[in-house]
Amino acid sequence: MHKKEEFLFAIKRVFPIVMGYLPVGFALGVMAADSGFSPMQMGLMSLFVYAGSAQFIAVDMLGSGTSAIPIIITTFLVNLRHFLFSASLAPYFREIKQSLIPLISFFITDETFAVSITDAEQRPLSHIYYFSLYITAYSCWVLSTIIGTTLGNLIPDTKALGFDFALPGMFLALLCMQFKNARFILIALISGLLSIFFIHIIPGNWNVILATVIAAAIGVLIDEN
Amino acid sequence: MKIDLNYICLVLGMGFVTYLSRMLPATLLSKQEIPKVFVKFLNFVPAAVLSALLFPGVLMTENKLNIGFSNPLLIAAVLTFPLAYKTKNMFATVLLGMGIVILYNYFI
Repeated sequence: MHKKEEFLFAIKRVFPIVMGYLPVGFALGVMAADSGFSPMQMGLMSLFVYAGSAQFIAVDMLGSGTSAIPIIITTFLVNLRHFLFSASLAPYFREIKQSLIPLISFFITDETFAVSITDAEQRPLSHIYYFSLYITAYSCWVLSTIIGTTLGNLIPDTKALGFDFALPGMFLALLCMQFKNARFILIALISGLLSIFFIHIIPGNWNVILATVIAAAIGVLIDEN
Repeated sequence: MKIDLNYICLVLGMGFVTYLSRMLPATLLSKQEIPKVFVKFLNFVPAAVLSALLFPGVLMTENKLNIGFSNPLLIAAVLTFPLAYKTKNMFATVLLGMGIVILYNYFI
């Protein structure tokens, strides 16, 4: 693909992520403002950490006076799932300049991973695509958390406008693209049910990583060739 | 709360541990051959991850199972599934689903 074409493709693909990040970032900012965060503090955390669920947990823990070490350990555990995303992207990163990988991989989140792995499976992609998609999503996240903290409860309720469906809708469409044969549908079903199961028995966001590892391992076992 | 050295150290620490799990596998594995069985495993990861994120997102409301007509996200997911499956179009799926949620909130 031509450079400009690749840039425009990434901008088109980032749309649902932006729709999803805005209300979640606002909500995090509003919650942070309630716990006494300044917009600057929230912005710094978003800049360095860039991980929605971990930031929600950190704001909550800081608000209740937890010290730094337990917050950092919790962040590490909650974000361990990125290990799987990063490993899955590795074969596709072979096509880009090796020195850019440590920089590009900073921007891997649930959502950017989901979109970019789907696109990488379909066509060869260069760093232009990754930077365009990843930095747009990143800026949107950082800005929405800062705006949320600044405006606090002045933010209108985005629920009525259906923003809640942006990320689930995106996951649904991307999941359908993964249905290459019946085996993938079965693995998806197993993983989804396990995810719900683990939410109920283990606290702390372990559901995604546990469900994924078990379901993908079952996939390997039932793969005949 | 103010931005002091403690706060900077906290966010740097959080950022560092998060960055490790994002950067290490991509950087190390893109340089060498990955064992075949692990490649097979990684093949199933996107489908498994997406489903592990999707199911709680549409089947649960405020950390509780909510399967029924009181859950607009589930209704939107069920109604948009045929479109998502047939067209694989992310944009259309998200817009149709958001439209369904808006109508639901307006009428119910």
